[in-house]
Amino acid sequence: MTRIENKFAELKDKRRSAFIPYVMAGAPDIETTGKIVLELEKSGADIIELGVPFSDPLADGPTIQRAAIRALRQKTNLKKVFALVNEIRKSSEIPIILMLYYNLIHKYGEERFAGDSAKAGVDGFIVPDLPPEEGKSLAEHCRSRELDLIFLLAPTSDNDRIKLVSKSGGGFIYYVSLTGVTGARESIAAGVEMAVRKIRRMSGRPVCVGFGISTPEQAGEMAKIADGVIVGSAIVGRIEQAAGPEDAVQKAAKFAMELKEGILRAGR
Amino acid sequence: MLPDKSGHFGTYGGRYVPETLMPALLELEREYNKARKDKAFRRELDYYLANFVGRPTPLFHAARLTKKLGGAKIYLKREDLAHTGAHKINNALAQALLAVRIGKKRIIAETGAGQHGVATATAAALLGLECEVYMGTEDIRRQALNVFRMKLLGAKVVPVDIGSRTLKDAISEALRDWTTNVRTTHYIMGTVFGPHPYPAMVRDFQSVIGKEAYRQILKAEGKLPDLLIACVGGGSNAMGLFFRFMKDKVKMVGVEAGGMGIESGKHAARYAGGSLGVLQGTKSWLLQDDEGQILETHSVSAGLDYASVGPEHSFYRDKGRIEYTYATDDEALASFDLLSRTEGIIPALESSHAVAEAVKRAPKMRKSQVIIVNLSGRGDKDVNQVAEIRGVKL
Repeated sequence: MTRIENKFAELKDKRRSAFIPYVMAGAPDIETTGKIVLELEKSGADIIELGVPFSDPLADGPTIQRAAIRALRQKTNLKKVFALVNEIRKSSEIPIILMLYYNLIHKYGEERFAGDSAKAGVDGFIVPDLPPEEGKSLAEHCRSRELDLIFLLAPTSDNDRIKLVSKSGGGFIYYVSLTGVTGARESIAAGVEMAVRKIRRMSGRPVCVGFGISTPEQAGEMAKIADGVIVGSAIVGRIEQAAGPEDAVQKAAKFAMELKEGILRAGR
Repeated sequence: MLPDKSGHFGTYGGRYVPETLMPALLELEREYNKARKDKAFRRELDYYLANFVGRPTPLFHAARLTKKLGGAKIYLKREDLAHTGAHKINNALAQALLAVRIGKKRIIAETGAGQHGVATATAAALLGLECEVYMGTEDIRRQALNVFRMKLLGAKVVPVDIGSRTLKDAISEALRDWTTNVRTTHYIMGTVFGPHPYPAMVRDFQSVIGKEAYRQILKAEGKLPDLLIACVGGGSNAMGLFFRFMKDKVKMVGVEAGGMGIESGKHAARYAGGSLGVLQGTKSWLLQDDEGQILETHSVSAGLDYASVGPEHSFYRDKGRIEYTYATDDEALASFDLLSRTEGIIPALESSHAVAEAVKRAPKMRKSQVIIVNLSGRGDKDVNQVAEIRGVKL
C-alpha cells in the first residue's frame, strides 16, 4: 500500500474525512513553504498538496496564478521542490502530493521525474491538464515506483468518463466541485453529494472534493459527504496577505486549525 | 487520415486539458463530424461564404512586384479581401454556425491582432449570438482599431492583464472561461491549435483557401505552382492554403516571426529557437526555458506573437513536407512598404512576413516558375502601429 492508501485506510477506521490543504511551493519562498507544511500537519492536515509554479496555469483562478508568479520570481523549480520534500521527510511522514502542469513533467522527462519524486519522498501527483488518455505512460512510471497519479472528475463528467478515470491512476479521485477554475466561492455547487456517491460507488475508491471550498463551514459540509476535503486558494490567499514569512506560517496554521475543526465537527 | 482518433498527428497534438472540458471536446468532435457530412450544413456554410464573406477571394498576379524582383511569377491569394479583412472569418463563421447547431448561445474567443476577435464578433452579430473576446492588454494597446470594431459589432472585449499580456494569456483566460461556462458556451479557437478537434477542424474550415487557389492557379497558369508561402503564428492561414496541395509536387514554406533576430531572444520563431512541449491543450514546438516555463515572445505583428505553433505543422516539418523559416520585424516592415507601393495593397504585418520570404526567394527562381503568397489579411489595422514605430503622429 502507498502512503496515501494507508492514510485513507486509517481515516476510514476513524470514520473521518481527510483534510488536504494546498500551498504553492516557493510563495513567499521555499524555506517558508517548508515551515508552513510542518505547521499545517500540526494543525491537523492529513495529506499535503504542494503546488509547483507554472507560467501558464490554465486551471487556476487569480489567487493561485498570483502565487505562481511570486514563486517563479523566487526561481522555484522542480529541483528545489524535491529538495524541500526531502527536507520535510526528515521530520514528517505526511503524504505529499505535487500539483503541477504537464509541461514541467514533460520537460523534466517522465521517467526521471517519477524517479526523482520517489527518491525525494513524494507520494503522488495531480496534473490538472493531463486527462487519462494522455497520461498512460506517466501512469506506468508511477505504478512501478508506488507513486499515485491522481486523476480528476468534474460535474460535466458522464458515466464513460467516470469509468475511464476509475481504472486509471491511483490514490483517490479528485472531484472538482464546480465547472470552473480554482478559487474561493461563497457557496458550494449543488449536486456534489450525489456526484461523490456515484463516483465512489462506480470506482470503489476514495473521493476527495476540491475547488471553491473556502470556509470551515463549507469544509464541514464537504467532509460529511466526501472522503477528503481539499482547500487551496483560501489558504494561499491568507499566505499572500501576510505581513511577512513568519506571519504567513502563523496565518496558514491558524486557518488550517479552523478548517480542521469544521471537518471534525461535521463528523461522518 | 490525420489526426488519428485521439487527435494526434504522430507525436504531436492530443488533448491536454482539465477534465471539466473533456466532455465538451468529445461532444464538439462528434458534432463536427456529423456537421461536415451533413449536406444542409455545407450548403448553409457555402451560402454565407459566398454571400457574406465574399468568396472566392481573387488570386491576383502581382505583376509589378514580380518585375521588380526579377524572378518567379508571384500571385497573391487575396484573403485580405474577405469580409472583415482577413482569412479568420472563414473559421469563425463556420464555428459560429456549428455553435448554433449544437445549441450554444454564447460565444467566446481569444484574439491577438484582433482579426480573429473581429471575425468572431462579426459572425456572432450575424447569427444573433452573445460574444465575449479575450485580449491581452498589450495587444489592446497596439490594436486599438480592432478593439473598437469588436465593440461596434456588439461584442464585449475582456482585457487580460497577466503574463506577457498577449495572445498566449488571452487563450488561457478564454480556456478558463470555457471551463466555467462550458454548458452554455462554445469557444471559437482562432487557429490550428489547442486540444483536438480544434487543429483539424480549423484546418478544414480554412482549407477553402487552398481549394480555391488550386482551381484558380490551374486556370491562370495551366499548372500547379512551384512554391507556396504563408506566415505562421498558430498556423491557420498557412494550413488553409497548404492542405489542398499536400499530395502534389509543390514546395511549401511557413514563415515565423523572427522579431529582433533569433540571437536577441526577442522573437516568436518556435522552430528556430524552441523545443517540444505541451501548452494550452496540445503537444507541439514551443518557446520555453530549460525547466518548461513558457518564454515571453516578441513580434512587431500581434498575430504571430505566440509561444507555440499548430501540432500539424510540427508533424509536416518532421516529415520534411513543409519548410519553416522566419522574417524579422525589419524585413516584415520593409515588405509592408514594398507591397503597398508596388501593388497598391497594404498588407497586414503578419502577411508581410510571407511577402518578405517571397522577396528573398523569387529572384533566385526562374521566370517560368510560380509562387503563391497567402496574403492573409489587410494592413489597415496596423497603420497606427507602423506610424508610431516611424514617429509619425496621426
